[in-house]
Amino acid sequence: MPAKIRVSIVGGSGYAGGDLLRLLLGHPQVEVMQVTSERFVGKFVHSLHPNLRKRTLLKFVSQEELTSCDLLFLCLPHGSAMGKIDRFAGLAPRLIDLSADFRLKNPADYDRWYGKPHARPELLPKFAYGICELHREAIRKSNWVSSAGCNATAVILGLYPLFKNGLADKERTVVEVKAGSSEGGNSASDASHHPERAGCVRSYRPTGHRHAAEMIQELGFGKELAIHFSATSIDMVRGILATCHVFLKRAMAEKEIWKVYREAYGEEPFIRIVKEREGNYRYPEPKLLAGTNFCDIGFEKDPHSDRLVVVSAIDNLMKGAAGQALQAFNIMHGFDESQGLEFTGLHPI
Amino acid sequence: MGECPVCGAKVPVGQGAVEGELLACPECGTELEVTGLNPVTLAEAPQEEEDWGE
Repeated sequence: MPAKIRVSIVGGSGYAGGDLLRLLLGHPQVEVMQVTSERFVGKFVHSLHPNLRKRTLLKFVSQEELTSCDLLFLCLPHGSAMGKIDRFAGLAPRLIDLSADFRLKNPADYDRWYGKPHARPELLPKFAYGICELHREAIRKSNWVSSAGCNATAVILGLYPLFKNGLADKERTVVEVKAGSSEGGNSASDASHHPERAGCVRSYRPTGHRHAAEMIQELGFGKELAIHFSATSIDMVRGILATCHVFLKRAMAEKEIWKVYREAYGEEPFIRIVKEREGNYRYPEPKLLAGTNFCDIGFEKDPHSDRLVVVSAIDNLMKGAAGQALQAFNIMHGFDESQGLEFTGLHPI
Repeated sequence: MGECPVCGAKVPVGQGAVEGELLACPECGTELEVTGLNPVTLAEAPQEEEDWGE
């Protein structure tokens, strides 16, 4: 039996890091060496991630204690990895960064969307963008992968077949995302205090969301593109539902649109076209995707206009973070892409 | 094998199928009626629709 891939997680106390650890502990080809947290050094990882009780006796270590391994997963807050990238690259030949630090190819986009210049712009071309369905070959050949943002993943996967085939108007796409509270991370704030948060439908970023930069990068194919994006936080823990209003450049019947999506995703293990006429779940529903790596995509053509509504759902911590990263890991190592990602969700939930 | 008239999916039709037989599209779930056998043709089966509060 070949040796297991030795991995460590940098920044493992957050929700994405915790979900990634859960997945890695169940992966038959992986040995988890170390998990870091500066705040929780010396504590069992299951003290922060109670679902991992009796699965591991690993304790958090400091980044200073990291030893060399085969691959490092970086789950640090945005802006942290770029400043320490040389040290991380010296510890492991392969890196998968779950932060935003290396997602954008154009250094100027960091000024525009993140409000400050990138610390290491010369390294941006070295990272493959982590949406496997779009960049499978680049990921396979790369040692460094930058996982996509969760909202960006839901929207890009939902709209990619339309923009790739030049079917959508590039000026008029409007996207509204409804997102669960885990998108906000595991740090408490006044805004997350239960009496304030419970029951809220909170417009937290009507314009200017940073993930729009990724959507423009991936759907523009090098040309100008406008994605009018808004995000709303709703009373849900995990999950994203993106409702995308696209205006078609020519008349298309729904059957033709089915064909476009089937050609793009028919062979993809984690993308399902969900569009049924009856039943309780006729369109994508984030609740059913909790803990899975699926992206469910549905659509409906407005019979009275050229508007096509595309609905896309994911678990933000899975396909939008840890699951996507593990899928890329599998591709990088030539493993079955679904390994460690077989969970198909719960119903009812 | 027939083609779903709604989504274009390939729909398996058994050798013993008869005209008027009802089956469901495996991809979009539409209930279909076998309207011809040589070649196989399928049409949407009439159904009562939910109105979902409309």
